[in-house]
Amino acid sequence: MSTTYSGPIPKPTPETRPFWEAAKQRRLVIQACDDCGLRYFYPRPLCPGCLSRRVRWIDASGRAVLHTFVINHRPPRNYPLPAPIVIGMVQLEEGPRMISHIVGVAADPAALRCDMPLEVVFEDITDEITLPKFQPRASA
Amino acid sequence: MSADPRALRGSAAIVGVAESDRLGKLPNVSALQLHMEAAHNALADAGLRKSDVDAVFTSGRNMANDVPEYLGIRPRFVGGTQVGGCSFILHVEHAMAAIHAGLCEVALITHGESGASRIAMPAPRWGDDSTNVQFEQVWGTAGPPTGYGFLATRHMHQYGTTKEQMAEVAVATRKWAALNPKAFARDPLTIADVLGSRLISWPFNLLDCCLVTDAGGAAVVTSAERARDLPKRPVYVLGTGESVTHQMVSQMPNFDRWDAAEASGARAFAMAGVSRAAIDVAEFYDAFTITPILALEALGFCQRGEGGPFVSGQRTAPGGDFPMNTNGGGLSYTHTGMYGIFTIIEAVRQLRGECGERQVPGATTAICHGTGGVWSAAATMIVSTET
Ligand SMILES: [Zn+2]
Repeated sequence: MSTTYSGPIPKPTPETRPFWEAAKQRRLVIQACDDCGLRYFYPRPLCPGCLSRRVRWIDASGRAVLHTFVINHRPPRNYPLPAPIVIGMVQLEEGPRMISHIVGVAADPAALRCDMPLEVVFEDITDEITLPKFQPRASA
Repeated sequence: MSADPRALRGSAAIVGVAESDRLGKLPNVSALQLHMEAAHNALADAGLRKSDVDAVFTSGRNMANDVPEYLGIRPRFVGGTQVGGCSFILHVEHAMAAIHAGLCEVALITHGESGASRIAMPAPRWGDDSTNVQFEQVWGTAGPPTGYGFLATRHMHQYGTTKEQMAEVAVATRKWAALNPKAFARDPLTIADVLGSRLISWPFNLLDCCLVTDAGGAAVVTSAERARDLPKRPVYVLGTGESVTHQMVSQMPNFDRWDAAEASGARAFAMAGVSRAAIDVAEFYDAFTITPILALEALGFCQRGEGGPFVSGQRTAPGGDFPMNTNGGGLSYTHTGMYGIFTIIEAVRQLRGECGERQVPGATTAICHGTGGVWSAAATMIVSTET
């Protein structure tokens, strides 16, 4: 698995490692600020809302909606998945948005809809890195 | 000390503009040579010598060191702001401020990029520990076609914008290109051609996407006072605005509108004190067909969601009542990767009446507007033949 993956492989940094460690355990985590209440993603040790250092990791529900998307017919060179790939701008129930793959649905604009309900699934790409991906939610 | 930006209004003028000697596919020309050719040509256009230049503005990694060295200039003021393709429009604002403050007098803004041939270009790759790789590229995002598409999809969902309306932009822009001998793509184009071209990243087909070319461009900015002694008619900078909201597109505040452009446009119009109706020519960065549609909304030429209907019926084409991207734009004339300098060059030529077949009759006021990154930055500039 780790020897054959040909795409970009995230190399965690100190501030992002907790996210990738959690993903490996099939948990989706984001950060929350104890001062202004902002819940945010991607990981940063100071709140991008108020620059407070009083931030902590929280578990996200894994429920989301598809805010917007593209269907990429020309992935980067050496990308391991065959085209087309549905790349979503996923809005988590907790508020923050993240990019991810939309799986379990045809790569066809007729099969996709902005605001459709999604839920997280996890896929190991190497021994170290597990990606959260999203599929249409079974019971909306 | 007043912070009123209106103190800058009309205080500087653009007095020289030019491209590199040639534009297109130039496999024998390095990126820095393109800077140098454009700088040479723009100074000649301004009637100035290299020794008159005391400030250099440029964009790209190391370029604020590379360009002065390559051109043999020792600036006393240097600007290397790099926010992507609209950087050069910001540079005009920064040059105007520096000139107003007495820190320099003649600013040379240069761009050169071997976008197609990749001759002596810096490596573009992000490190695997960058936030870009960790939180975007791992999912196969492929640069601008992915990031620009997110807004197109949301706009279509929210406002009913259609792919046909987006295609209208490419068709109108190609009609302008047909009138510009320097334009790279000049063959006639139909909406059906755009919709029938191969899919790149839905909702974009190939002909929704800008060209990839090699070219350079440059502009010379000086004080309004000094401009009056130079051979060509000065083009005064009446208003400018800039804004940055994010780097990664996943951090964009909204996907149904362009917040950075709303901010930059509002500042530029407030400084200039002109109405939208006073604008004769619009040069809008067209990285993709959706980009000028969002610019029209963000800059207040129509309401949010009305950009699609606005461009329908070839309104922005030659003969239409809203001349837009009169050089043929990034979609048909040239797009090196950072197109912003070319909006400035065309606006100045239109206001000087130098555009031949594509000249907009009687144009006195123009707007330049650009994007950088993935909708990350925006810059707006209003220029006029009169202060
Ligand atoms: Zn906070």
